[in-house]
Amino acid sequence: MRIGVFVCQCGTNIASTVDTERVAEAARRLPDVVYSTTYVYTCSEPGQQEIQRAIEAYNLQGVVVAACSPRMHEPTFRRAVEKAGLNRYMFEMANIREHVSWISNDREANTKKAIELVRMAVAKLRFNQPLFPSRVAINKRVMIIGGGVAGIQAALDCADAGLQVVLVERKASIGGKMAQLDKTFPTIDCSSCILGPKMVDVAQKENITLYAYSEIESVSGYVGNFTVKIRKKATYVDWTACTGCGVCMEKCPSRKVLDEFNEELSFTRAISIPFPQAIPKKATINPKYCLHFTKGKCGICSKVCPAKAIRYDMTDEVVTEEVGAIIVATGYDLFDPSAYGEYGAGQYRDVITGIQYERILSASGPFGGHIKRPSDGKEPKDVVFIACVGSRDASVGRPYCSGVCCMYIAKQAILTKDHIPDSRCYVFYMDIRAPGKNYDEFVRRAQEEYGVQYIRGRVGKIYPKGDRLVVQGMDTLLGVQIEVEADLVVLATGIEASKGARELAEKLHISYDQYGFFMENHPKLRPVETNTAGIYLAGACQGPKDIPASVAQGSAAASKVLALFARDTIETSPQVASVNERACIACGKCIEVCPYGAIRWKELKGGIKKAEVLATVCQGCGLCNATCPPKAIQLQHATDNQILAEIEELCA
Amino acid sequence: MERLRTLTLNNTFDEHFIRLVEEESGQQISKCYQCGNCSASCNYTFVYDYPVNQIMRLIQLGQKAAVLSSRSIWLCAACTACSTRCPCNIEVTRVMEALRVMSLREGIISIKDVEVFYEEFLKSVKTFGRVFETGLLPIVNLRTGRLTNDMELAPKVFKARKLHLLPSIIKGRKEVAAIFDRFESWQHQKMAHKG
Amino acid sequence: MFREIAYYPGCSIEGTAKEFDESVREICKVFGISLREIPDWNCCGSTPAHIYEPLLSAALSGRNLAIAESVGFDKVMTPCPGCLKALKGSLEAFRDPTKKEDFLRILNMPFEGRIKAVSIVQFLIEDIGVDEIERNVVFPLEGITVVPYYGCLLTRPPKFAEFDDPEQPTSMDRLLGAVGAKVPHFPFKTECCGATYGVLRKDIVGKLTGRILKMAQDLKADAIAVACPLCQQNLDLRQGQVERYRKESFEIPVIYITQIIGLALGIEPKKLGLHRLAVKPNFLFEMSRKGKENFVLEKQT
Repeated sequence: MRIGVFVCQCGTNIASTVDTERVAEAARRLPDVVYSTTYVYTCSEPGQQEIQRAIEAYNLQGVVVAACSPRMHEPTFRRAVEKAGLNRYMFEMANIREHVSWISNDREANTKKAIELVRMAVAKLRFNQPLFPSRVAINKRVMIIGGGVAGIQAALDCADAGLQVVLVERKASIGGKMAQLDKTFPTIDCSSCILGPKMVDVAQKENITLYAYSEIESVSGYVGNFTVKIRKKATYVDWTACTGCGVCMEKCPSRKVLDEFNEELSFTRAISIPFPQAIPKKATINPKYCLHFTKGKCGICSKVCPAKAIRYDMTDEVVTEEVGAIIVATGYDLFDPSAYGEYGAGQYRDVITGIQYERILSASGPFGGHIKRPSDGKEPKDVVFIACVGSRDASVGRPYCSGVCCMYIAKQAILTKDHIPDSRCYVFYMDIRAPGKNYDEFVRRAQEEYGVQYIRGRVGKIYPKGDRLVVQGMDTLLGVQIEVEADLVVLATGIEASKGARELAEKLHISYDQYGFFMENHPKLRPVETNTAGIYLAGACQGPKDIPASVAQGSAAASKVLALFARDTIETSPQVASVNERACIACGKCIEVCPYGAIRWKELKGGIKKAEVLATVCQGCGLCNATCPPKAIQLQHATDNQILAEIEELCA
Repeated sequence: MERLRTLTLNNTFDEHFIRLVEEESGQQISKCYQCGNCSASCNYTFVYDYPVNQIMRLIQLGQKAAVLSSRSIWLCAACTACSTRCPCNIEVTRVMEALRVMSLREGIISIKDVEVFYEEFLKSVKTFGRVFETGLLPIVNLRTGRLTNDMELAPKVFKARKLHLLPSIIKGRKEVAAIFDRFESWQHQKMAHKG
Repeated sequence: MFREIAYYPGCSIEGTAKEFDESVREICKVFGISLREIPDWNCCGSTPAHIYEPLLSAALSGRNLAIAESVGFDKVMTPCPGCLKALKGSLEAFRDPTKKEDFLRILNMPFEGRIKAVSIVQFLIEDIGVDEIERNVVFPLEGITVVPYYGCLLTRPPKFAEFDDPEQPTSMDRLLGAVGAKVPHFPFKTECCGATYGVLRKDIVGKLTGRILKMAQDLKADAIAVACPLCQQNLDLRQGQVERYRKESFEIPVIYITQIIGLALGIEPKKLGLHRLAVKPNFLFEMSRKGKENFVLEKQT
């Protein structure tokens, strides 16, 4: 084999701590290497042209590039060698940046290690074989997990483009957190007025299939051909029959069910429609409170239902959907403030969370849009807002900024002043973070036009005094302690990863960060793609986000799906396992260990059984390869021979 | 002490002081982002010259003289409300403790009365092995020039038969005194080592 | 059952907090627990030692722990949270590799650091148990409102105290509930009372102890339960000073939690040292003299 080695300097990224000339020099002495050089930016156009020129000039059959991580530029260089007529698998990459130059300043040691990595790459390349991808058809249906505003936007954009859309929502209605909000910043638009029509669109689009009150059970397959099992949780109401008339809810005698939509500020019934604008507008029975389930009697809903839709014997049902791409838009949850014992959340009824205050402000909320405090229904005159509750706080494991609280506090303070003109609002804050369009102006308006008192400092303690609360904080600008007597205290609880996010990520084989937010493929350049092809992200499941950003990501993820679906087939990677049938002893261990179900039995003539790999399902993880006792199953492009060659070179 | 008005950082920034505070307290001062929770939680802010968060800020700015001569560090009662609530996981109480130790070592203690009280207390422990409460108060009062301080409590306490006229002297008082001596020579060594 | 535990009374127990000691001993007797005083124990050095240098404090307490270990104990109980802090500081210095060597050099005694230090409240909760106490109640304190005051050190800082919740502790609430008292939520449970500044700064104690007394008064408390000699001194002995400073009257008895439990267990008030309190808990004397029913009746009329 005639091999060329190209050592990248990456500007000074590599060259400052690795002697690239010496690496190229050492490579020149390796067997089969006929050309070796170093260049300042190998990934640039002239850099790639140099590779192509060398392939032609030296009649190269294989190429090694020693540069950055293959995650960064392997596809770039594969394309480059392919253009020059080589098979793209006759290419190897040695990572001398992330694995060498960036982790140590010891030039001598770095250079040695870089040479070792190049030697390993060359050793492996000598055993490489041209591999050829096959093509499979794309199933042009898309699944969207999560029916908040990001998921709704993605669903509508995909549906508008004519795709078949499957929308899966965990709760009984779509709408997500935005449906609970009263107004939105900085425009003070009515949240349900702008979201409501979009929710109705979802219901009316014929090419959107909505599974509400459903969760993802399992996901298998690969880009273009995913198989998703969905658990439709038992609602005990036949939704095809239910008309959402609400008679059942009216007559239900179990009235002490805390209303989740109203953030437990009011009660609902054991059978309920989540809120008046719910999509779908269908009733669900909560078996924890339903007298039929708890006491074995009642049955009133069943008697009064004009559509005869009640099904006490309903069970969960698992359905299977086949789709070609998945958009994850599972949103966020809010920090539980009971971690702050000093604020008495949960202890004092008039210490509430920001989302609870949204419900109080909302005309569809527990008090019909009149601001009352939970303890005694009195109209508050002094309202204190506390920022960063569960944000920027390492002591509760949330060191990040939630990004939206500064804005929603300003909005809620303005709305408080609008509702109760003689009220006084106080905001304890650490910094104001308002970098969006018209955002800082909005916060200024709260201070300048509405006279909201902004106090720079955190709150140490809240305690009751009569029927009011004393908020003991600090004005760090003055250097004095501040006490405010308040009727109502609103804790601006921060954003955290949605409950169950980690479990879902594992089902989808996508990564998540230490806080449970899903990881994008590249923080700047591939913000809505995951590391798994065909799975995209939208909204706050990726990190704290406000509505405009969530909507933008919903549309961005939809456009990625449309770009994928613009083709009819996609190439499948040939880096999959394959079975040498002569060596296979039919022990079945590979079938047991395969996490993707990509290996099955195949019967040869005479009833002889052998393992067979489904190339389109195989993800190339290599577990089978490592497990197989006679080494009959080999992972292409990472065969035992190739790996051993690398190890031998390293140990030589 | 007088409040700082203008700081010329180039002349007054003492990096060594920051390192020493961090070493003595085991806390990383740069973690403080000035939220003010320590001061908000501190029941003593009303008697401090600098609230706790400003003490933290002054350390960040390397202002050794201002910090060690502040009254605040000596009025801190080590109630640990600040440590418990600090969002940055700084044990502020330990920082304040370290500052007291350092201020004492440097001899720039701002509140003499406190020093007298502590001195007499430890003298009592070193002499008897246990503190002699009845004997302590009059001496402290005498040395701080407030002769009648707390004297109105005396009848109440004696009536309840709570105070003894004689100290409780332990057998191992020499062992205790030896601990003091070993501590003092250890401290001298450490000081000499640090220069 | 009969158990023996190492007991570290601390200096204030010998003097101003005599009744704490008496009541601790009395109630331990009821539960068959024998308190073995650490032989020839010395003062922990309190705040002054700690301020001179935490290692001095650690070494002073180290002597007490070393003696307790040499007698064969693996747990030491102390009624004083200040002493507890010093004992724990000693164990902490022993476990800290940067301090261990210096600590042992200053201490100069065999020390294994395997002994555990607990407060009386932690001991009551974890070693005796709320249920066991409730089972032994003879005079339930029905009709009496008691607010629990934990002070700073019993539960803080959490990493150090390793007991109960630092902001909203419940252990004393539960103990008081077990003896039948009415226990309203007390927002100043852990707010500092002014600590040692009683001697030198009447304004500090006037303000801090004052607001605790005021809150208790607002909650119509018949008594404040405490578990710290220093807190007790500020709230009880100095109550008159605080009243003068604030120009208002409180007259709220401040009783050690062990005294309250003792009363409910049917122990004679005198044995519990109730007569030693500065603010007399007259209603409690009435109660135990006349028996529960009469007491409740009288309070209502």
